[in-house]
Amino acid sequence: MSGIDAIDRKIVTATQCGLPVVRQPFARIATEIGCSEADVIARLAVMAARGVVRRVAAAPNHYALGMVANGMSVWDVDDTQVSALGAEIGALPYVTHCYRRPRALPAWPYNLFAMVHGATRAEVETKRAEIAVRLGSACRASDILYSTRILKKTGLRLARSGG
Amino acid sequence: MRARSASAERVTLDAVDRIIVNRLQDGIPLVPLPFDAVAKEIGRNPEDVIARTARLIEAGVLTRFGPFFDAAAMGGAFCLCAMAVPRDQFEAVADLVNGFDEVAHNYEREHALNMWFVLATERPEGIAMAADEIARATGCDVLMFPKLEEYFIGFKVAA
Repeated sequence: MSGIDAIDRKIVTATQCGLPVVRQPFARIATEIGCSEADVIARLAVMAARGVVRRVAAAPNHYALGMVANGMSVWDVDDTQVSALGAEIGALPYVTHCYRRPRALPAWPYNLFAMVHGATRAEVETKRAEIAVRLGSACRASDILYSTRILKKTGLRLARSGG
Repeated sequence: MRARSASAERVTLDAVDRIIVNRLQDGIPLVPLPFDAVAKEIGRNPEDVIARTARLIEAGVLTRFGPFFDAAAMGGAFCLCAMAVPRDQFEAVADLVNGFDEVAHNYEREHALNMWFVLATERPEGIAMAADEIARATGCDVLMFPKLEEYFIGFKVAA
């Protein structure tokens, strides 16, 4: 992997399944990989500044938090307007991820993806209708794909060596 | 990994749990005693915050706690992919797909394209290789939807 050195890589592989939930989690990682706590913290800070680490945080399980309706709303938006409109849709408080992606014609005409979560599907549909209003005539077609099961959720897994 | 039902049992959280779930999604500071810093902020003691965090992970309210790495920034890549899997083969195909280390997430969705997964690889060329291998292993066409632009990443769910 080009963007990180061997010690960074050790930090990544030691933490990619999660940090220990203890008072000094970075000291625990340092002991595991054979460097100092200060090194682990400094290297994570550099990786964060470079965007390699997005944040050190907790990820919630929507379902356990009652957000049982999870819809991937997809939109066929005019190519000349999609960037400006995408930024507007992505800024909505109930849109958690928003991306422009390629169409896969003819089966898939949609180029804007916006994830919408809610306690019920009715709530998600209301939000979807609000997005439709914002997109207006720039949007030619849309659909929404509700998730019915998490089949896997692990995040990136680096091998311990190589890359 | 066992598939988790979308209708998973809801865990009861008290007011302090909710504060912790919300606070930990924002990220912890990179300091020797990060839980002490969070505890001070929310007016609790560190032992309580640590015990509650451990319990929230154990109960499945938090699926993960730690650094979130950006594969692209490390020289790797992500790609959203979708397949239309015949209903009667769905479970077998899910097992095959989940068996690939490159598959970071996999969701069942209600649509003709009923399986949506994210590939994360250490090198950009790994995406096409993994997609080809999955297509070969499952006999299903893999549609690839790499992100072209990202409009928001501040993912947060209010507890």
